[in-house]
Amino acid sequence: MGAVAHVLAVNPVPARSQMGSSLGFHIILACFGIAFAAITMIAEWIGIKRGDAAALLLARRWSRVMAVLVAVGAVSGTVLSYEMGLLWPGLMGRYGAALGGPFSFEGIFFFLEAIFVGVYLYGWRRLSPWAHWWSGMPIVVSGILGALSVVAANSWMNSPAGYTLSDGKLTNVDPVSVYFNASTPYETAHMLLAAYMVTGFVIAGVYAVGLLRGRRDRYHRLGFAIPFTVAGILAPLQVMMGDIIARFIAHNQPVKFAAMEYVLSTQRDAPEWLGGILINGKVYFGAAIPAFDSILVGFNPHTVVIGLNSVPPSQQPPLVTLIHLSFDLMVGLGMFLFALAAWQGWWWWFHRRLLLTAWFLVPSALSGVAAVAAMEAGWVVTEVGRQPWIVYRLLLVSDAVTPSSGVTVTLGVILALYAILTVVSIGVPMIMSRRWRRETPAEEEAEQVPYGPAPTRAAP
Amino acid sequence: MSPSPEAIAVGVILMVVIAAYALFGGADFGGGIWDLIAGGAERGAAPRELIDESITPVWEANHVWLVFILVLAWTAFPPAFAAIMTALFVPLSLSLLGIVLRWAGFAFRHTAERLQARRFTGAVFASASLITPFFLGTVVGAIVTGQVPVHPAGNVLAAWTSPTAILTGFLFVAACAYISAVFLVLEARQRGRQDLMRYFSLRATAAGVVTGALAGGTFAELSNSAPHVFDRLTGIALPLVAISIAAGIAVLAMLWLRWYHAVFLRATAAIAVATVVWGWGLAQYPYLLPTSLPLALGSAPTGSLVAEFVVAGLAVLVVAPGFALLYFLQQRRLLTAVESDADLRLAAHLDQALPGQPAAPAPAGARMTTALVMVMIAIRAIKEVFSPPHRG
Repeated sequence: MGAVAHVLAVNPVPARSQMGSSLGFHIILACFGIAFAAITMIAEWIGIKRGDAAALLLARRWSRVMAVLVAVGAVSGTVLSYEMGLLWPGLMGRYGAALGGPFSFEGIFFFLEAIFVGVYLYGWRRLSPWAHWWSGMPIVVSGILGALSVVAANSWMNSPAGYTLSDGKLTNVDPVSVYFNASTPYETAHMLLAAYMVTGFVIAGVYAVGLLRGRRDRYHRLGFAIPFTVAGILAPLQVMMGDIIARFIAHNQPVKFAAMEYVLSTQRDAPEWLGGILINGKVYFGAAIPAFDSILVGFNPHTVVIGLNSVPPSQQPPLVTLIHLSFDLMVGLGMFLFALAAWQGWWWWFHRRLLLTAWFLVPSALSGVAAVAAMEAGWVVTEVGRQPWIVYRLLLVSDAVTPSSGVTVTLGVILALYAILTVVSIGVPMIMSRRWRRETPAEEEAEQVPYGPAPTRAAP
Repeated sequence: MSPSPEAIAVGVILMVVIAAYALFGGADFGGGIWDLIAGGAERGAAPRELIDESITPVWEANHVWLVFILVLAWTAFPPAFAAIMTALFVPLSLSLLGIVLRWAGFAFRHTAERLQARRFTGAVFASASLITPFFLGTVVGAIVTGQVPVHPAGNVLAAWTSPTAILTGFLFVAACAYISAVFLVLEARQRGRQDLMRYFSLRATAAGVVTGALAGGTFAELSNSAPHVFDRLTGIALPLVAISIAAGIAVLAMLWLRWYHAVFLRATAAIAVATVVWGWGLAQYPYLLPTSLPLALGSAPTGSLVAEFVVAGLAVLVVAPGFALLYFLQQRRLLTAVESDADLRLAAHLDQALPGQPAAPAPAGARMTTALVMVMIAIRAIKEVFSPPHRG
């Protein structure tokens, strides 16, 4: 009890919880902002190329859901940019000049994305089919570049670069080196793949439920197959990428890596722990594969892996068990998604048709939840694993947090509001889909969404 | 020590973005305010519908301006940003609450099916429109009066509850209502709604008079609470103040004469608001936080400032054509000869009548071989990756 009270009394905890929940919420919507347009455009391309009405209808409906999700994401993104200042004035006051560059570029790309979501929605019946298809391209490109910018800012906090300090004050900033710091290529690639996988598996999961309920028409088969293919092709790439990044972290942020893998002291023949809880320096309930961690890091059982004890306890991350289990969860779910994709791929290769048995569809229906959980676990690893630093080896979280009182209040309000926002972002698409099934075609045409045109009153 | 030209230039960009938010975001908030006081469900139906139609296409794209303000402020003027965010934690959090509530109300309103739910979400949307401009106004009031310390130890309650700050809060609300009513007059005219033109013309006049009175009151209050800003407002920034007053009177005259010119009326009202913002910026110069943090001490290294130029240039180059295209499509009523959703639905449902998928072809020998080869290559590749590194 004493320990709990102590943790609650430490100032950064409410602020970290608020930042974590806001970020954890926003990142899901950000995935759809990044990847939904590309998946929609594949459906549209099939629709135009083959004159496939089902594919075109999917694309039109998806574009409306995309608009709702981008609109929610715009608000949760606004919240985040406020919170950067409200919760972490110590960070922004010292390093805002360095962090600001990537964020400013993200602003441009989001602006562009929002505008072209509007163009895409307005353009459905106001542009020729191919002109309309091309009008979706800026959404895809700005989604990718926007993600690159924001993740570059986060990477900078892991691998600060491109700045000169004198007397603890920032005197020189090189925005290009800030943007392309050592972590940028790894983190951005990992996140972009994750965004496409989350989006693909979530949409596929929705149509898997429809297929399980017996709606097996071409519309539902395509609605499942297009996003599942996109996510499935990327799943093995993500597994490879994850392996490369783990090795990078072992060199770049060895203490984070030690927490991820339960490397308590610097050692050769470091075992790979699967599961397990760390209590007082001992791992319970875990399975250890001897020397495998050393092999993963250096392709050799005798590779030395740096342990938690390489830094004093004050510089070790808290909640090591949480970091390790989140890492295991992410890897496990990634493997599950990879296996699911491989299964469908194998079937398609030999039978040239979709595998649509219940044995396959039930786990597929859950694949969206799994992908989201894996991504959230990954963010827990990278953010909690960097503790107690907010900027690695440069600024402590406790020096960055606001001295203002009242963060516990805003934390409560944010949690309540985000519960509402979650209901909206899941509920609105559900209501829309129910209406699509129930309403007459004319009513569907009159549906109004953010960014979209006002309903046409008279038939043209 | 005088501020670098880069710092001044980024300051100018910041003031332009703030003016844009005051105009576009302000019109949005004002729409919510008029919605709030439009009366019962039946009486207020027509004006509400007009407000809704004119807000919907851009309703939260306008928050991008606010995000730009935040990002510009923390990149270019980090110490001032950190001080403001710490000292004014409470009003800033409340303004954020307003933004989120407005959004939730707006989103639900369009999907809520029952009238009662619609009414409730509508009320949330409308009252949240009051919160955000009011508290942002108190924030500006607190900054202008020099109540934000450079190194605050926590919330500074007194900073944003001074008479000047509260007056500024009311001024912001009134200005939002004013700019919005002027724009709504023109929206009504575009739709040929004579009754709504008169309705919003009357309200624009009233809001204009109230805004003018509040501006006068705030101005008088500043002579005590912010002598530096007041001196410059009556000195170097006086031309901007004069233009604002003249534009405000011109708008009232146009409304009185019912000369609802789409360009002139909009532009004059916009000038009236934008010049106040710029007047504030000019009057506060050379201080970020009057009179404790001058621009020269509070601005970022040159590299960061230059990056902001690039961003601003990119914004003009890329975002402007995008907006033009969107505007063109919005104005284009003519639909091309593409199938409607209804046609697509009919076509897609025809598919259901067709027999199921064709029978699967038997696994071909060639495909089996290829699959095996690919698996072998994959195993070989994995082995290659995990084998000990070669020396040499």
